[in-house]
Amino acid sequence: MNDLSGRISGADVALSLVLVAVAVVVSRVRRADLEGDIVIATLRSFAQLLAVGFVLDYVFDGRGTLTPLVILVMIATATLTSGARSRRVPGARKVAAASLAVATAATLGLLLVLGIVPFAPRAAIPLGSMIISNAMNTTSLVMTRLYDDLASHRREVEARLSLGQTSTEAAGPWHRSALRSGMLVIVDNTKSVGLVALPGAMTGMLLAGSSASAAIRLQLVVMYMLLAGSAFAALVAGRLTLGRLFTADHQLIRSLRRMPS
Amino acid sequence: MGDRFELRDVRVDGDGGALIEGFSARIPADGLTALVGPSGSGKTTVLRLLNRLDDPDGGVVLFEGRDVRSYDVLELRRRVQHVGQVPVTFPGTVADNVGVGWEELLPRVHLPVALGSRQADVLSVGEAQRMCLARALARSPECLVLDEPTSALDTTSKAEVERLVRGMADEGLTVVLVTHESRQAAELADRVVSLGPGGG
Repeated sequence: MNDLSGRISGADVALSLVLVAVAVVVSRVRRADLEGDIVIATLRSFAQLLAVGFVLDYVFDGRGTLTPLVILVMIATATLTSGARSRRVPGARKVAAASLAVATAATLGLLLVLGIVPFAPRAAIPLGSMIISNAMNTTSLVMTRLYDDLASHRREVEARLSLGQTSTEAAGPWHRSALRSGMLVIVDNTKSVGLVALPGAMTGMLLAGSSASAAIRLQLVVMYMLLAGSAFAALVAGRLTLGRLFTADHQLIRSLRRMPS
Repeated sequence: MGDRFELRDVRVDGDGGALIEGFSARIPADGLTALVGPSGSGKTTVLRLLNRLDDPDGGVVLFEGRDVRSYDVLELRRRVQHVGQVPVTFPGTVADNVGVGWEELLPRVHLPVALGSRQADVLSVGEAQRMCLARALARSPECLVLDEPTSALDTTSKAEVERLVRGMADEGLTVVLVTHESRQAAELADRVVSLGPGGG
């Protein structure tokens, strides 16, 4: 057996703390002052992954009906993170919740409906988590970018409004660039995949002893899935954020209107 | 002719207190009305109420005797064209910026028709401000509200824009001009509305 599937014991994990010690020593010697953070990160990763492992084993062990709940908890956590990152947008949490829910349901739904992946917790949960974390980054990017761009281009936006454009028309150029920046990361990742680093899903399959061609097939599905998830998230986040940054009367909201220009 | 605008006991709140408070004024439909006051007196804020870039927190703004909020806001903004201090050019040519009728409108703001094919972002500030006036006129407004339209211009362009604005008032447009220069107000305006320091 050359693969690592089931081969890593608790003792192996303990032994791998040597690697953490290397990081601590480097930090100490070069006075990076990160020793405390490294220890906290090590403990947190241990506790978090252990807890997740228990939950996953519990669900995989004949309790597949809990899968939607697990995915909902992941969406909720991502919503809080994304909402906090974009807190200047009024109602950022609601925007994030809608964007993540749509991205996850639509992307995962397509994969299931097309029969590309089986309707099983072992498929839905890891794929869902990848879609959600990716869509979370897209959502935060679109929200903050749109807010910042409209704030810094207030003059142009209001000049357009003054000529009789609707808020959607007036914000058009910045809406487009926010959408672009939200999707660009995953588009670039998709372009460079395999050339810079072997991506996670593929690495996992290879380590577990799967053939390279099978690993690649899964990775391709994952990349295309992330593209769609990012697109859905950017679409929903962009549209809803726009609605939060203008009044129904096509005025910029006050926090944007009253910023010194 | 009656009032084009009437502001009744208007208050607009800012972060650190009222920007303007208890402000009332009438702006007749004919001629050029200058809105003067020291900086920070809320002139720009008042102007923004006229085409509803902003709404008052108290009081009411009337357009032709009706609350501005009772109009369709896009139609109100078409009728009441707002031009800001710094000219804003959009990507594309001067003709793209002005839109339909640019061949007739450029001469009206004393710009050569040949400028139509030029990219808008290479115009001088003075030319760009006149292009903005042409773009406003392209919407066939009844009213022009101008926020210190000459403050970014050199002396020659400034005189040119002043002449243009006065001419538009003479042609029957209601012109509201915000200025902090009493000379400009005295020379151009048919009447002056003053805002005190601290608004109102």
